[in-house]
Amino acid sequence: MSNETQKRDFIDVTGGWLHQLRGWIDARFPMSKLWNEQVAQYYAPKNFNFWYFFGSIALLILVNQIVTGIFLAMNYQPSATEAFASVQYIMRDVNWGWLIRYLHSVGASLFFVVVYLHMFRGVIYGSYKKPRELLWIFGMLIYVALMAEAFMGYLLPWGQMSYWGAQVITSLFGVIPGVGNSLMQWLRGDYAVSGITLNRFFALHIVAVPLVLIGLVLFHLMALHEVGSNNPDGIEIKQHKGPDGIPLDGIPFHPYYTIKDIVGVTVFLAIFAAIVFFSPGLHGLFLEPANFEPANPLKTPQDIHPLWYFGPFYAILRSIPNKALGISAMGLAIVLLFLLPWIDRNPVKSIRYRGALYRALVGAFALTFIVLGYIGMQKATLFWAEIGQRVQELYFLFFVLSWVYTRPRSRGFLVGTFLAVMAVITLFDWLAWDPGIARLKMVSWLIPGVYCVIFLLLPAYFGKLLEPKPVPERVRFK
Amino acid sequence: MRKLLCALVLLLLPLSLPALAQDEGVTLQHANINLSNTASLQRGAKFFVNYCMGCHSARYVRYNRVGKDLGLTDVQLESYLMFAGGKTSDTMVSAMPQADAKKWFGIPPPDLSLEADSRGTDWIYTYLKSFYLDPKSATGVNNVVFPHTAMPQVLWELQGTQKAIFTTVKNPDGSTYEVFNRLEPVTPGKLTPGQFDKVDRDITNFLAYMSDPIALKSRDLGLRVIGFLIVFFIFAYLLKREIWKKIH
Repeated sequence: MSNETQKRDFIDVTGGWLHQLRGWIDARFPMSKLWNEQVAQYYAPKNFNFWYFFGSIALLILVNQIVTGIFLAMNYQPSATEAFASVQYIMRDVNWGWLIRYLHSVGASLFFVVVYLHMFRGVIYGSYKKPRELLWIFGMLIYVALMAEAFMGYLLPWGQMSYWGAQVITSLFGVIPGVGNSLMQWLRGDYAVSGITLNRFFALHIVAVPLVLIGLVLFHLMALHEVGSNNPDGIEIKQHKGPDGIPLDGIPFHPYYTIKDIVGVTVFLAIFAAIVFFSPGLHGLFLEPANFEPANPLKTPQDIHPLWYFGPFYAILRSIPNKALGISAMGLAIVLLFLLPWIDRNPVKSIRYRGALYRALVGAFALTFIVLGYIGMQKATLFWAEIGQRVQELYFLFFVLSWVYTRPRSRGFLVGTFLAVMAVITLFDWLAWDPGIARLKMVSWLIPGVYCVIFLLLPAYFGKLLEPKPVPERVRFK
Repeated sequence: MRKLLCALVLLLLPLSLPALAQDEGVTLQHANINLSNTASLQRGAKFFVNYCMGCHSARYVRYNRVGKDLGLTDVQLESYLMFAGGKTSDTMVSAMPQADAKKWFGIPPPDLSLEADSRGTDWIYTYLKSFYLDPKSATGVNNVVFPHTAMPQVLWELQGTQKAIFTTVKNPDGSTYEVFNRLEPVTPGKLTPGQFDKVDRDITNFLAYMSDPIALKSRDLGLRVIGFLIVFFIFAYLLKREIWKKIH
C-alpha cells in the first residue's frame, strides 16, 4: 500500500497543478477509476511464471503491427502493377522504410509465435476451464481473426507465393457444395486472384480485420478482468480473501506486473531486434524466397505452401486425399480448440496436479503441433501425406484423450475406447486404401497404434498414471 | 529453469527446420561471399554493368545508392558504371528493349534486383560457372544448375568452354537414363579457374548486395539496439527485484 501513497505524493509534489488537472478530468471522465479498476487495483495472482509474459507481449506486437502498418500504408500501392515495386520502393527509397517493413513482417511471424505460446499456457494450466470459458472463446476468435489478417496481408507484397498462396486458399471455398463457386468468386471479386482481389484484401487487411481484432482484444481483456487471472497452480485466488476483500495471494497488477512485464518485454525485444537486424527473412521462414519474384498468374511455383504459422493446418488439409474431407478436417482442428472447455472437464486445472499421463499427453500434443507444422512446409509427396495423416490422427486423439481423462475411468471403458479408436483409424485406412503405399500405410499404422497403447491401454492396467496429485489450498510462491 | 529451456526449445525448433528441409537436384557450391568486402562489391558492380546489364536490369536499384554504399563518387559512377549516360539518380535499367529480348531469347531476361534473395547466392555462384557445350541448344550451351536455360554463356571469354560428363544409369526394367557426373574444360579462357571463381564470387556478392542493400548497416544498427536493450534489461531487472522484495 505504501506504493500508492508514494504515487499520490509524486503528483502532489509537482506543485498541485497536476493534482488539480486529474481532479478536473476525473469529474468529467473516469480516468482514475479506469486506471484503478483495470491496472492499479486489479489483483493478479502473485505466482505468475515465464508463461505469463506472452499476453502483454502479444498486445505489444499488436501495437507494433498497427503503427508500422500505418507507415507502410502511406507508401504502399495496392494495385497489381504497382504493389511489388512499391514494396521495393519502401525497402530502398523511403527513409527507414526497410526497418518499418521488417518490423511489420517479422512482427507478423512473432505474433504467431507469441500467440501459440500464450495458447499453450492456457492448455497447460487449464485456463479455459470454468469460469474462463468465454475468455478462452474470445481468445480463439482473436486467433481466427489473426489468421484472416495474416492471410490477407500476405497477398499485399504481390510476390509469387503471395499470389499462389491466395489462389490456393480461396479455392478451398470452391468445394462447398452448391454455393462454393459463387462464394469463391465473391471473395476474389474475379474468376481468379487478380488486382481486384488485391484491392479488397488491402481494405480488409488495414481497416476491417484490425477493427475486429481490437474489439475482440478489448472483450478478451474485459472478460479476463471480470473473472480474474488463472495461475500456474490453477487455484482460484478469490477463494481466500483478506478482511479488506482483497485476495490474499493477489498483488496489484501495477506496479508488480507492469515492471515484471517490462523485464520480459525487454528480452522479447532483444530477440525481435536480433531477427529484424540480422536475419529478417530467417532463412526463408519469415520471408519466402519465392516471394522475391513478382506475382505471375501464368507461372505456377513448384510447391505452394503458406508461411510457417499455417503449417499445422495446411498439413492436415493436404494429408487427406479428398479435398472436401481435408477442408472439413482442417476446420474441425480449429473448432475443437474452441470446444476445449467442454471437452476436458477434469476439475483439476493445472497440469502440475494432473496425472502423469495427462502431462505426457500435453507434451505430446505440443510436439504433434510442431511436427505438423514441419510437414506443412514440406513438398507434397506421398510419404509426407501419409506421415501427415498419422500425425494428424494424433492431433485429434488429444481431444479424445482429454475427454477420456476427464474423470476416473474403468478398465473396460479404457480398453473399449482403445478398440473403438483403433477401429475407426483402421476403417479410414481401409476406405483410403492405396496398394502403392501399402507397406508405408501398415507401418505408419503403428504411430497411432503405439500412441493409443500408451495413453489408453497403459492406464487401464496402471491406474496410478491417471491419478491427480493433491491440489494445495493456496498458491505456491517461492 | 527447466520450463524456460523447454519454452526456448519450442520457440527455436521451427527456426532450425528449413536447414533440414533442403534438397536440391544438384549440389550447389558455397558462394562464400563477403558483403563487407567493398573492393569485391566494386568489382562486382563493374562486371555486372559490363556482362549482365546488356540484357538484365536491376530496376529497383539506383546508381547513386550503389555509389553511396560502395564508396564511389558521381564522377566515378558516370565514367565506370553508366555507359549509356543518364542521371546518377536513375535506376539500373538495361538498354535492351523487353519486346526484342523476348523475341531473341523466348522470354525476357529477368530483373536481377532481388535475384540473390529469390534464388540464393550459392545458386547464382554455381549457375554462372556451370555452363557446358550442348550443340542441341539454340545458344550452343546448356547449364547443369538450370537445364535448358535461355541464357547464353556470357562469361565464356573469361572461363573458357566446358563439356559435361554424364554417367548412364540402368533402371530395373532395363531402360537407361543419364545422370550428371562432372564438368571438364574444353578450351581455356583468359582467366585461370581460380581467377574466374573470384570474378564469379564478386558478381554474386554484388547481386547479394543489390537484393538487400541495407543488410550491412542493419547489422551495425542491430548491435547498438541489442546493446541498449541489454543495459536497459539490467536496470529493469534490478527495479523489478527491488519492487518485488515485499512479496512473500
